[in-house]
Amino acid sequence: MRDTFIRTLRSLAEQDPRVLLMTGDLGFGVLTSFAKDLPAQYLNVGVAEQNLTGVACGAALSGHVVFTYSIGNFPTLRCLEQIRNDVCYHGANVKVVAIGGGFSYGSLGISHHATEDIAILRALPGMTVLCPGDLYEAAEATAIAYHTPGPCYLRLDKSAAPQVAGSDDRVVTGVPRRLRAGSTVAIFGVGGVLEDALDAAAALDRDGLSCGVYSVHTIKPLDTQAIAAIVRSSALVVTVEEHTIDGGLGSVVLEACAAEGVWPARLQRFAMKNEFSSVVGSQKYLRERYGLSADALARGIRQAINSTTPQLHNSQ
Amino acid sequence: MTDSRAMALEIRRHAVRMANAGQSSHVGSVLSCADALAVLYSGVLRVDPANPQWDDRDRFILSKGHAGSGIYAALALRGFLDPSVLKTHYQDGSLLSGHVSHKGIPGVEISTGSLGHGLSIGAGMAYAAKLQGKAWRTFVMLSDGECDEGSIWEAVLFAAHHRLDNLVAVVDYNKIQSLAPVSETLELEPFADKWRAFGWSVSQIDGHDHDAMRAAFAALPAVPGRPTCVILDTVKGKGVSFMEHTVLWHYRSPQKQEFADALVELGVEPDAERPS
Repeated sequence: MRDTFIRTLRSLAEQDPRVLLMTGDLGFGVLTSFAKDLPAQYLNVGVAEQNLTGVACGAALSGHVVFTYSIGNFPTLRCLEQIRNDVCYHGANVKVVAIGGGFSYGSLGISHHATEDIAILRALPGMTVLCPGDLYEAAEATAIAYHTPGPCYLRLDKSAAPQVAGSDDRVVTGVPRRLRAGSTVAIFGVGGVLEDALDAAAALDRDGLSCGVYSVHTIKPLDTQAIAAIVRSSALVVTVEEHTIDGGLGSVVLEACAAEGVWPARLQRFAMKNEFSSVVGSQKYLRERYGLSADALARGIRQAINSTTPQLHNSQ
Repeated sequence: MTDSRAMALEIRRHAVRMANAGQSSHVGSVLSCADALAVLYSGVLRVDPANPQWDDRDRFILSKGHAGSGIYAALALRGFLDPSVLKTHYQDGSLLSGHVSHKGIPGVEISTGSLGHGLSIGAGMAYAAKLQGKAWRTFVMLSDGECDEGSIWEAVLFAAHHRLDNLVAVVDYNKIQSLAPVSETLELEPFADKWRAFGWSVSQIDGHDHDAMRAAFAALPAVPGRPTCVILDTVKGKGVSFMEHTVLWHYRSPQKQEFADALVELGVEPDAERPS
């Protein structure tokens, strides 16, 4: 996703000299050509995320569109107050870009697990939160961040769902994008873990359980009516996220339901518990460990749909 | 108002009144930087009250946001605000928060209140001005206690590295922070040498000497290619004898007789204003 992001940003920057890319000394090999070809629009601020965000805010308030770039929690939690007070309160045109959503850097340890960022960033007033699920969405989300005035958070995953035939061909801000049509189960997913959601849906379809899969590429603002329409027509609503269960996608979907006065017939949320993973491993391994792999999702969805007591379920 | 001494006196009077009426804190921190604010707003800063968002204005950031009443007063005296609005400071429903806010207040560039934010924002503005080939300058006023924040030193490194000679840090060095003297809390000395070692052009002058400050701000950048740091030796609570050099008046708000006494010391006739 990061290559897609940088390619898209580069084409935007070539057209618009106001665009600046500022990194906190990360992006080895990824930002090189941007830096070489557009030196006036590139700045490595150093290992100093608070300053990175403050400088970005100052430049944005002086007419620039600034993308701050780093990995995991560094461009977000490390400088959260700069994002809140400086960027959001001033409505500054700063786009915070984190590469490495969820367990993208799973082997590097909890410092690099971005598993609370959606909840935290979406709480900030004025913040647009974009979490693309595939490469097409990554490009579109980058363009949306550029075109949307004010603060944005762009959460990029190392993994990406495949482009599948039959998916909606447009990314509309705030509207969940259908990746796969299905009638009985609605699976809402966020980020690269949608690849597992799609695999699970395919397996369940083969068993005769029709599953639709939706990428919630925009966490905020969200078209709650679009969510409600899908929820209303589904026998089971599922959410899947590489994120803790508190305040992430599952919460977002339920809040949308509450806002629209609908309630899922059945619900299953797949997420981490409110915990840290002190165990490390590849993204694939950690998905298996935390019940987010395609197999685990398919298993959990079968159980939920076959449960004799239609009640609300949470994973774990 | 262009007479800086008269302006400084008025800022002090307003600050004491606002602290009294709002029962707010930080009057000592406002009194220490009142002279610097007056010098800056009476002729140094290129700003236009008739056009607060003028593209080519100098930017001023009060990073020590707790001195909000000082900048509100300065802006009122400079013609950005109707002075009557100062009465709303700290009151229910007011836009004039204790820590400076830009929302709905012409002339305030940046809202602050959490220390250690302003210099990075100022550095970003200065960087942008360089990119755009603009001549406007950026001034950031810091407190001494604020320099405990690591983010200040991130910005200090950045500004020197990028040769931001259009950036001026003005440090209100009154040597008393929130709970105790700086020297007992987290020693900053050798303070000027630290800034110098980071690559800034540094001067240290009396922050109550208007001519000295005017001279320091007249020839900017002090050294081409280097950001400028002007460390102002100041007295916390300056101008009201019983507030000077005390930690107490970082938080205490003058009431009743203290309020009357403070105004008398600032040249307001006794009984001219009824203390609340």
